[in-house]
Amino acid sequence: MIDIAIKVAFVAVSLAQVLAMIRLVKGPSIGDRILALDTMVVNAIALIVLLGLWGGTQLYFEAALIFAMLGFVSTVAYCRFVLRGDIIE
Amino acid sequence: MRVLSRILPHPLLSLILAVVWCLLVNSLSLGTVVLSLILAVLIPLLTEAYWPDRPDPPRLGRLTLYVLLVIWDIALANIAVAWIVLTRPNAKMRSRWVVIPLDLKTPEAIAILAGTITLTPGTVSADLSNGGSCLLVHALDTGDAEDEAKGIKQRYERRLKEIFE
Amino acid sequence: MIEDLIAMEDAFIGWLTALEPVKIADIATVVALYAGAFFAFVGSVGLLKLDTPMKRLHAPTKASTLGVGSLLLASMIQAFAHGSGSVHEVLIMAFLFVTAPISANFISKVNLHREDADPTPPPPGDSAWATFDTHPADDRTPKEV
Repeated sequence: MIDIAIKVAFVAVSLAQVLAMIRLVKGPSIGDRILALDTMVVNAIALIVLLGLWGGTQLYFEAALIFAMLGFVSTVAYCRFVLRGDIIE
Repeated sequence: MRVLSRILPHPLLSLILAVVWCLLVNSLSLGTVVLSLILAVLIPLLTEAYWPDRPDPPRLGRLTLYVLLVIWDIALANIAVAWIVLTRPNAKMRSRWVVIPLDLKTPEAIAILAGTITLTPGTVSADLSNGGSCLLVHALDTGDAEDEAKGIKQRYERRLKEIFE
Repeated sequence: MIEDLIAMEDAFIGWLTALEPVKIADIATVVALYAGAFFAFVGSVGLLKLDTPMKRLHAPTKASTLGVGSLLLASMIQAFAHGSGSVHEVLIMAFLFVTAPISANFISKVNLHREDADPTPPPPGDSAWATFDTHPADDRTPKEV
């Protein structure tokens, strides 16, 4: 029962990742591209969590946490660069 | 009392540090707890100089109730937005800007209000006016901007005012 | 009539006792997994389907965050049901829920700054919105950047 649910979730999240990638390529505005990248990071965390569930291990926890932190910082850095022309003033 | 506030300049920060350390290690053994307590005392002491004007502590009980309310709203309202996104064509969405005049003055309270507005689906807080007197919110699908602003003020801002001011 | 009720009660008690804690946890895991998959997917569908940059901001910031939250919940329930309990997923969940509004706010500021959004109404109390309140030396048309 759980195996099927995990497989369905894998498929759904991977499809979500592909859709976000299409938006990343299409754009058209910079805000859309940043948003698409942010969504892809969140979906990547979802995939890592699913991988951990599938293998029944806690090993991937740190990877997911670091992805969450890096994703947030890079989104903010990119936005600040567009807004101010500089990241650290 | 003075000695205690000398050792623990930020009781709330200390509590959060201890809890986060225990969560990171993912255990509640004696060693972890002792190390978390050491960190909870040391880090606020060492970084005290960097926190010149610290806000007054919020009312914790009410803050917890508020967080529970927001989580409940997130879960319920996400279903509504999923329905709008999946079924309603773009042309029929009445998305517009909503301006919310603020009664809150504390920056922390305004930040939490903006975060709440973004997390409760249908609205994203976009900007603050340069004097801090109102909040610019984008609504995905709303009939009446006035009603939306009134609803948010009634449901969230009133509670935050009780918590922080 | 009464015999029917008693029979129903027996059936219900039998059903309850057949549900061991582990089984209930498994059902909860499956529900959380499906919910998480659904919301993560809806977030991306919204990202692709909606037509203006500000509208697009709505779907992924909230639905995707809730989706990952649900998947983490599933992972936590599963860890508690089978041996070692684990709560550190709460950390990722809290981090995502705290940072999602900040990212969304920054992206909408980018949209405002690049004039990719509808014209904004003027703020009633103050002179301008913070994003447009720049130093005169920084003035230039956004599309030049």
